[in-house]
Amino acid sequence: MEALLKVESVVKTFPGVKALDGVNLNIYQGEIHTLLGENGAGKSTLMNVLNGLYSPDSGTLRINGQPYIFRSPKDSIKAGIGMVHQHFMLVYNNTVFENILLAVSDLPFWLDKKKLRTRIKEILDRFSLHIELDEPIRKLSIGQQQWVELVKLLIRDCKVLILDEPTAVLTPQESDRLFGFLKQFKEEGRSVIFISHKMREVMELSDRVTVLKKGTTVKELIRGEFDETVLAGLMIGTDEIPVWEKDRKEFKETVLSIEHLFADKEKNMSDLIDFSLELRKGEILGIAGVAGNGQKTLAEVLTGLKPPVSGKIYAAGKDITNSDSRKAYIAGIAHVPEDRKSMGIAPEMSVDENLILKSYKEKPFRKFIFQNFKAIKENAEKQIADFAIKAGPKGTPIRLLSGGNIQKVIIARELSMRPSVLVALYPTRGLDMGSAEYVHKVIMDARKDDMSTIVISEDLDELLKLSDRIAVMFRGRITGIVEPEHTSREEIGLLMSGEAAQ
Amino acid sequence: MIEILLFATIKAGTPLLFATLGAILMERSGVINLGVEGLMLVGALTGFAAAHTTDSLLLGVVAAFFAAMAAGAIHGFICVYLRGNQIVSGLSLTMFGIGITSLFGRSFVGFTIAGFSKVEIPVLSKIPYIGQALFNQDVLVYASILLVVAMHIFFYRTKTGLYLRSVGENPGAADTSGINVGLYRMSAVLVGSGLAGLGGAYLSLAYTPFWVENMTAGRGWIAVALVIFAQWNSTRAMAGAYLFGGINAVQLRMQAMGTSLSPHLLMMLPYLFTIAVLVIATLRLEKGSTPEPEALGTAYDREDRK
Repeated sequence: MEALLKVESVVKTFPGVKALDGVNLNIYQGEIHTLLGENGAGKSTLMNVLNGLYSPDSGTLRINGQPYIFRSPKDSIKAGIGMVHQHFMLVYNNTVFENILLAVSDLPFWLDKKKLRTRIKEILDRFSLHIELDEPIRKLSIGQQQWVELVKLLIRDCKVLILDEPTAVLTPQESDRLFGFLKQFKEEGRSVIFISHKMREVMELSDRVTVLKKGTTVKELIRGEFDETVLAGLMIGTDEIPVWEKDRKEFKETVLSIEHLFADKEKNMSDLIDFSLELRKGEILGIAGVAGNGQKTLAEVLTGLKPPVSGKIYAAGKDITNSDSRKAYIAGIAHVPEDRKSMGIAPEMSVDENLILKSYKEKPFRKFIFQNFKAIKENAEKQIADFAIKAGPKGTPIRLLSGGNIQKVIIARELSMRPSVLVALYPTRGLDMGSAEYVHKVIMDARKDDMSTIVISEDLDELLKLSDRIAVMFRGRITGIVEPEHTSREEIGLLMSGEAAQ
Repeated sequence: MIEILLFATIKAGTPLLFATLGAILMERSGVINLGVEGLMLVGALTGFAAAHTTDSLLLGVVAAFFAAMAAGAIHGFICVYLRGNQIVSGLSLTMFGIGITSLFGRSFVGFTIAGFSKVEIPVLSKIPYIGQALFNQDVLVYASILLVVAMHIFFYRTKTGLYLRSVGENPGAADTSGINVGLYRMSAVLVGSGLAGLGGAYLSLAYTPFWVENMTAGRGWIAVALVIFAQWNSTRAMAGAYLFGGINAVQLRMQAMGTSLSPHLLMMLPYLFTIAVLVIATLRLEKGSTPEPEALGTAYDREDRK
């Protein structure tokens, strides 16, 4: 059988990085094809080439044997390729209806809204989707936004559907619904290219898997040839998945207690409503929930970015709600890839400088009013070695590093402050297995030194693996606290959707 | 008295209205243009020069539109295709406009032309109070009102309008939908600059039919502020432009009546009001929502890795 879509030795270079280095990919008709690889393996770059956003330096693209050159996304749309980007390509101030119109290829100059509306309703009905057409996108949940993206592709009637980490923001139930849809899509004889880091999903869905590494194709496998161990091995290059034992610990002392916290909501985020929680010394407390249920607000309030409306935060018995001394107790890290240019780092500054962003005023980094460059350099060398950061040549702006390495820099900086509480907001989202594993190890090691960590994550596997306790949030409240040993994904899933709360 | 004031209000508001509509068109595509003042001056001088030399007001208007469009093209090219800084480019456009018009305008100072005359619309102009103000004006006033309606329909009832708004909100979304972001932005800048030029031409061809150096006297800046006041909406722009026109008319009137207030204080009024409006418009915004096009002021690079 000949491939529907054939990518041959495609090369794409960005300033300083060879993102794709002769990659090959074969997509056949009517299959779900998973693309696996660590961060920086080139998955998204390759998909953006197929989407017409990036024009490759060399290599060929064939559809049904015919060579194609995409000069813009328009050409890609014409060739029947549709993509749901990791960061949705939606106009947030416009309504759902207006966003869907962008996908209608034969849109007349004068918009007959009534007629167009019936046409779109028909498509929504065909897939039994219930989306309010007149809501602006920004009021929709992430899950709903994704459906709008999918509807856009359905309207374009595309033959190949690309989904870049679609489940990163969905509840287990929403993911299942998406998978059902993808299977239906496949049965209609269309193809799906699926990117995910979650092995369970990969195993459930894929008819074929292509593993990428450093911009090249490592291997193409069909169903039956692969299992989790094989794939993980191909991705990270060893046959061993590290497993570790969590030592049982007795927790007595409370390091942080949050009492009746209320906070206002912002854009798309839920507010905190009467939120109370106790964190014990040396404990890793996981917080599960679908994005937008108040987790980000919680992290912001704890790290002092956002003042609460009412409620108290005590550290070691001391009220630190509105106190500057909070810094001494709590440090925070957040996931990087989503917003790598603005959060957590000064993008244009070097790794050395970013490592002392918080302690530049303290000894030994300061000499009178000058910076002690020698101390700064030594500190950087030590941290780069300790955390195995790939920092590139000296003085490289940090933004040019990969997501995983930026993440390591942030963690190294925060831990060097020796906090008693670390707040980790999606610490491994979008990180590849190797980097994620490393972040986990660092948090576990700090636990041994009696540091307490609040891990806010949407990856249940991560939470189940790391946490001593898991608190589940829904619409700004805690719907339950469970222990990883005595719970199931289903139970947590129900708590996440607020159903078990009543 | 009220009739006269209303009449003067509309007349004083019209140049602002043209310029504000032009700026809205540009900003809706994501390009901010602080060069409106300069564009208005270019329009005012070219319009006057063409009308003076050819004795044709229509040619004056056409010349003003295209001259401002050409000047705006520089801004468009820098912002859209070279991805330059829109603020810097816009400011230089204003400086450029002031400089070039005072250089080439010297030989036109001291002349007057027969400006646009009133065209009375039968029946409607007999409506008490507003009849004379609204329906006994020159054709450019009528044109500006029609433009308000046309622009509203364009934005919300046509494909091109929808695409243009999408380009200004999220160029990435527009691009992946197969819309040519650069073309839309460039076209918006060209037409919008032309409209700003018409605002200038209204001054030198209808409001006060002669040319003096720097005759826009900051109206371009008021137009930039009015865009925010109008929340990027053409009908609100009309309300804003007439409000400012009104203040101007009252101020002139008070001066003419010989109040004991210093004329300098009175002339400050519109500008004080501009500041007040900006403060109020900013305070009134609910948290998390902005009427401002999301990608306003940012260049779009398809291959930029975010």
